[in-house]
Amino acid sequence: MPERAIPAPFSEYEFGAAYDEMFRANGRARQHYKALYTKLLSLPSEELMRSKQEADLSFFNQGITFTVYGREEGTERIFPHDLLPRIIPAAEWDTIEKGLTQRITALNLFLKDIYNERKILSDGVIPGEVIYTCKHFRRQMRGVKVPRDVYVSVCGTDLIRLPSGEFVVLEDNLRVPSGVSYMLTSRKVMKQTFPILFRKCGVRPIEQYSQALLSTLRSLAPEGRSSLTIVLLTPGVYNSAYFEHTYLARQMGIELVEGRDLVVHDNMVYMRTTSGLQRVDVIYRRVDDDFLDPLTFRADSELGAPGLFNAYRAGNVVLANALGTGVADDKAIYAYVPKMIQYYLGETPILNNVETFLMTNEKERDHVCANIEKYVVKAVGESGGYGMLIGPHSSKQQQEEFRERIMEQPRNYIAQPTLALSTAPCFTEDGHIEPRHVDLRPYVLFGDKVTIVPGGLTRVALRKGSLVVNSSQGGGSKDTWVLQS
Amino acid sequence: MLSRVADSLYWMSRYFERATHCSRVLEANYSLMLNPGKLSTEQRWQNIMSHLGLDEESARIEPQAAIMKLMSDHDLPSSIVSCVTSARENASQVREEISSEMWERLNQLYHEVVQTAANMYSDSDVMRLFMTLREGGYKFIGVTDASMNHGEGWHFIQLGKYIERTSSLPLLLAAVFSAQEGADDLDWVGLLTSCSAFEAYCKVYTADLKGEQVAEFLLLNPEFPYTARYSTEKMQHALEGIRRTSPGRRFSEIERIGGRIHASLAYAQIDDIMSRDFERFLANIIEQCQSLHSAVHAAYIDYPIESAFEA
Repeated sequence: MPERAIPAPFSEYEFGAAYDEMFRANGRARQHYKALYTKLLSLPSEELMRSKQEADLSFFNQGITFTVYGREEGTERIFPHDLLPRIIPAAEWDTIEKGLTQRITALNLFLKDIYNERKILSDGVIPGEVIYTCKHFRRQMRGVKVPRDVYVSVCGTDLIRLPSGEFVVLEDNLRVPSGVSYMLTSRKVMKQTFPILFRKCGVRPIEQYSQALLSTLRSLAPEGRSSLTIVLLTPGVYNSAYFEHTYLARQMGIELVEGRDLVVHDNMVYMRTTSGLQRVDVIYRRVDDDFLDPLTFRADSELGAPGLFNAYRAGNVVLANALGTGVADDKAIYAYVPKMIQYYLGETPILNNVETFLMTNEKERDHVCANIEKYVVKAVGESGGYGMLIGPHSSKQQQEEFRERIMEQPRNYIAQPTLALSTAPCFTEDGHIEPRHVDLRPYVLFGDKVTIVPGGLTRVALRKGSLVVNSSQGGGSKDTWVLQS
Repeated sequence: MLSRVADSLYWMSRYFERATHCSRVLEANYSLMLNPGKLSTEQRWQNIMSHLGLDEESARIEPQAAIMKLMSDHDLPSSIVSCVTSARENASQVREEISSEMWERLNQLYHEVVQTAANMYSDSDVMRLFMTLREGGYKFIGVTDASMNHGEGWHFIQLGKYIERTSSLPLLLAAVFSAQEGADDLDWVGLLTSCSAFEAYCKVYTADLKGEQVAEFLLLNPEFPYTARYSTEKMQHALEGIRRTSPGRRFSEIERIGGRIHASLAYAQIDDIMSRDFERFLANIIEQCQSLHSAVHAAYIDYPIESAFEA
């Protein structure tokens, strides 16, 4: 059979290097991508370029930007956005949804357990040492009654696709996950860019996220309060996610408060308004544990409110997420999540973990140190792509440095095999369509029930060949289309 | 409404008004400076430059350079660039409170001003920046009226705008009238244009230009948006709106000061004002605006916690 000619916009496309979301290894488009594929064949690259510029301008004028500190001109850049949607067929999404529901249920049971009865430790499923050495474990939370026993009500779970096509969990973000505003705003732009295609594909809506978040927060409120005041607590305008905080507050119609707006009096929380002090019932907080209350946690914090923790412990205010949830997204504890699912739910995990080596285990440590160039080494408490060694892309010197760090503080590191993240087509600056590595972060809400809007943030490593998708390290995003059928 | 939010809305609006005031005054007077020089024009120019916040030495530099400084000097708090930046900074802290359209408009204007100011190569760029601000100013005011609830936040925005207007006009009048000898028709046109008021003035007095009438119009006319009397009426209206939405705060001090400013303009006659101490009269308006500002701050923004638990 003669080799098929590759149509123009894809002339630079490399097939078969990793699992590709759009193409099979033989260069044929997958069924659920056929409509987009056909559309791209008929669309001149100048047209795409123009759409791209319009989309960028729209992001810029809405102020969906990163602040690079200082006030010199050009200190604001838009969050890089790729024009081509990432498409997920209904059946695959179904598995993801079931898997995430199972996972967040188990994680919440785990948090309740370790802050109360600690059965999972006494039953020897997880060594207690791992918990107590975790820097996100909050002793102050022991025995604190948490509304509905929901510790994590908003979670962003990072999934990647293995070469086999299977989705696995790379990490859970259980503290203050961000990025959902990019999911929502990029959907709006995509509907302007590809309206007909959008309709033809039958894409499930995600615009109800803000309402779902509000009802989740509402369901956690203390009983017996007739009119509820729910607020979003932000670290303030210099936080890189500040746009998202304002966006969500506006979409939900709730006040956006800063620590300095809050006053605690007699274990009640109030906000300072023009008509006096107003009682606050639920705080969707986007401030880290450490900074919430200078009397209980970091004394130098000006982002929280003195006395907030006592008001929380007294049950007079709800914090979402609860305090101390970071213990469950520690990368060493992550390794035990499949066991938690077994232990609490008696089920086998629907979504698997990435194979993870604990550096506290002598055998695993020796193996990794001897083959460090094959592994990705991560600090357990970090996120955002910091404190990480990517073996195959590292120098001998960096490898040596990480070996020493592991030997010094084995509890602080884990290793995972270097994974070829799946690729998806992206529109490059020079007007070609090329594959780039992607992951997927769906957002899970947990209140009186689990809600997952069909979609999420697909993050892209925009640099060719790069595996790092974090926005702080040159990553961008694309819209995620979950299909109806 | 959160006190901090009310405060930011108020300052966003004040800084915005300050930027457009500066731009209007510069535009009108720059065009006067282009005519063959007269001594008195020079003196007025320097007075006007200092009322816009230039120190005496800078007020004396060459007009083009003085204008550049007032437009684009990030280190001068009263420059157009600084004011627009401050307006935007305040707006960015209350993104959820103002409409998206308002933010987009202000953000766009900010980027245009900062970029133009950073790349001014010719004197026509100066003119272009005036035009950007004039149009941007009207658009922002329009979109504010059209796209946001006229509730408490909106009232704080109005309050900021009109307090700023009421207190900057006396400064401008003082600058011009302290050097009014030798002022001719064109100079009075310049003053009126500084308040976008030339056409409106002509509708009342025809193009008969006299200093006293110009002062009367700018201070006492109840119908034109840039006059002191009109602005104090709007101030009263905004305060009333705030009182309605946030009852229970101590309002008497605010009411007293607001009423006094308003009365001093509503029941005044220009020959009375001009025959007595005109400068004192102008200074008095400014002082009253400052006390009003402090009274509002003490009642709504920075009240002591203890007072909130009384009653």
